[in-house]
Amino acid sequence: MDRVTNKSWPDERGRFGEYGGRFVAETLMPPILSLEAAYEEAKVDPAFIAELDDFLTHYVGRPSPLYFAERLTEHAAKENGSAAKIYFKRDELNHTGAHKINNCIGQLLLAKRMGKKRIIAETGAGQHGVATATVAARLGMECIVYMGAVDIVRQKPNVFRMRLLGAEVRAVHSGTATLKDAMNEALRDWVTNVDDTFYCIGTVAGPHPYPAMVRDFQAVIGHEAKAQILDREGRLPDAVVACIGGGSNAMGLFHAFVPDTSVRLIGVEAAGRGVKSGLHAASLTGGKPGILHGNRTYLLQDENGQIADAHSISAGLDYPGIGPEHAWLHDTGRAEYVSATDDEALEHFQLCAKLEGILPALEPSHAIPRTLDLAKDLGSDAIIIMNMCGRGDKDVFTIADALGENIAAGTDG
Amino acid sequence: MSTRIQTVFAKGRPAFVAYIMGGDPDALTSQRIMNALPGAGVDIIELGFPFTDPMADGPVIEEAGIRSRKAGTTLASILDMARTFRRDDDTTPIIVMGYANPVYQMGYAAFSERAAEAGIDGAIIVDLPPEEDGPLRAEMDARGLSLIRLATPTTDAERLPKVVSGSSGFVYYVSMTGVTGAALAQGGSVAEQVTRVRDAAHLPVVVGFGVKTTERASQIAKEADGVVVGTAIVKALHEDGEEAALDLVRALADATHTAR
Ligand SMILES: Cc1ncc(COP(=O)(O)O)c(C=O)c1O
Repeated sequence: MDRVTNKSWPDERGRFGEYGGRFVAETLMPPILSLEAAYEEAKVDPAFIAELDDFLTHYVGRPSPLYFAERLTEHAAKENGSAAKIYFKRDELNHTGAHKINNCIGQLLLAKRMGKKRIIAETGAGQHGVATATVAARLGMECIVYMGAVDIVRQKPNVFRMRLLGAEVRAVHSGTATLKDAMNEALRDWVTNVDDTFYCIGTVAGPHPYPAMVRDFQAVIGHEAKAQILDREGRLPDAVVACIGGGSNAMGLFHAFVPDTSVRLIGVEAAGRGVKSGLHAASLTGGKPGILHGNRTYLLQDENGQIADAHSISAGLDYPGIGPEHAWLHDTGRAEYVSATDDEALEHFQLCAKLEGILPALEPSHAIPRTLDLAKDLGSDAIIIMNMCGRGDKDVFTIADALGENIAAGTDG
Repeated sequence: MSTRIQTVFAKGRPAFVAYIMGGDPDALTSQRIMNALPGAGVDIIELGFPFTDPMADGPVIEEAGIRSRKAGTTLASILDMARTFRRDDDTTPIIVMGYANPVYQMGYAAFSERAAEAGIDGAIIVDLPPEEDGPLRAEMDARGLSLIRLATPTTDAERLPKVVSGSSGFVYYVSMTGVTGAALAQGGSVAEQVTRVRDAAHLPVVVGFGVKTTERASQIAKEADGVVVGTAIVKALHEDGEEAALDLVRALADATHTAR
């Protein structure tokens, strides 16, 4: 399955350089090892690949378009004289509205193969929860989604969607009541119910094999984008850009381009109210290596190794860690990591809506300002692909709130 | 292996192991409780250090960790607690227990050095399975400290030798799948599992997770080399105060010691 595998990394211990690994309680080691074995088998099984492809084509709606964002390109050129061509990889057009479902189809087909019927997941923005609930409904599986109480408030539409899809949403009140705590709670559930439960992690984090497996399932984004840009432009892009929460949409886009060293890989972390303010979620920019949620990676933490609270207006980016492969791409210099603030994301959400007629999710809204900067920097002969990894419908309440408008049901207009 | 640990198991009676969250609810109270544990019958002290994301713990220990962190506890202050304890007690083994990241941030070598200096005998690091504990183990071994491994119901026959081969001091058998303090009022004999682990390890086997009552402690002590109680003690301390917690410890220790 050349499309989704890469033999050279991680190593057999799940390491990307010094990052990754399997830092879990002993109770979880045996299920993690059997998951790894099942995945290794499935990913080279033509029947598994065929079923996955069939779902991706007819259920998710792949391939997603590669779209020339002409007016944003013009906007950048107007400010600068000339600008690189900006393309959007339109994963927001997927069924359920984000890239998350690519991974959920893969993992739940694997769960089915392993005979597991009880699915658990953690979610931040609710997109991974919705995608998991969707696929679980389709495959006739029980689904429990852990979600921080804070996120339940700011992502109400997605909570309701999950319930409509038959999932049980369990509020997590511990810690900061956001994504990292939802992940703790999901791990506790898994430790308790190892026999019948499959834990569907929503990003390229967690113990090995998750970072590699989730990347492989998301790699379809970059493989399609590469073929599409070669078809459209006859050459590789100069840069690919994606926002980073745990890093799955970014790894999905980057993966196919890692060997193409002429292509710059640029990840955009959430700078919240500014990296200097301390209220941010930029683990690579503002964190240091540590151990959390099964892997060694960059983490926001204090000098005593306690995990610090992340902050972002975007629930999907509000996580104090980052997938280990990004930590490695960062240290080796193969990828570059920058950040964008809450305010920049809000401003570019609106710009994108007005210029392109696309309501981006708050997560990819973080990638837009850095894409524009880069477009101005590189000038008119260059090509950039940005991952438009989710749509903004789920965020309209948060955005209305930030803009001081009341759109709650029952008010007029 | 630490001679203190050896001495405990050489007594030939089941050992009572008590877990407390260091620094809960504050440094002074916690120190007082710790110092009183041997007098209440505790043979080995598991001294928890707090972490923001205790993935294998239930709410009772998680909340104890939150109180402890609020009171300013760090891994360094936990080592200080042990040092203070050692002024009056040079025989009761102290095992620190918690998650990897605070240890990793201190540095495995620095941690081992400082732990040995403070009179600590060993550590249990919940999220360092055998696959990941090599670097810390090397540093601890070099200073005569035990890195104690957990065996669980999911540790199958194939994996067990690997898990126990690296343990030193004793093996901690987690008698159920789940988080600490889970409401599983699980009964039944642990004889089979204990024998399985002991035969593979050739080390004493202590059993914990989910033990709350003197009846259960006594039942387990019939088969195992020791019984660990954590959540019930942490809960009693928080809800009913120091005296009640020590009364519970005395009763559990007594039930354990007189089980056979
Ligand atoms: C649309 C969208 N983009 C990005 C993310 C962040 O996750 P990742 O970095 O794994 O792509 C999320 C997470 O919820 C999301 O919903």
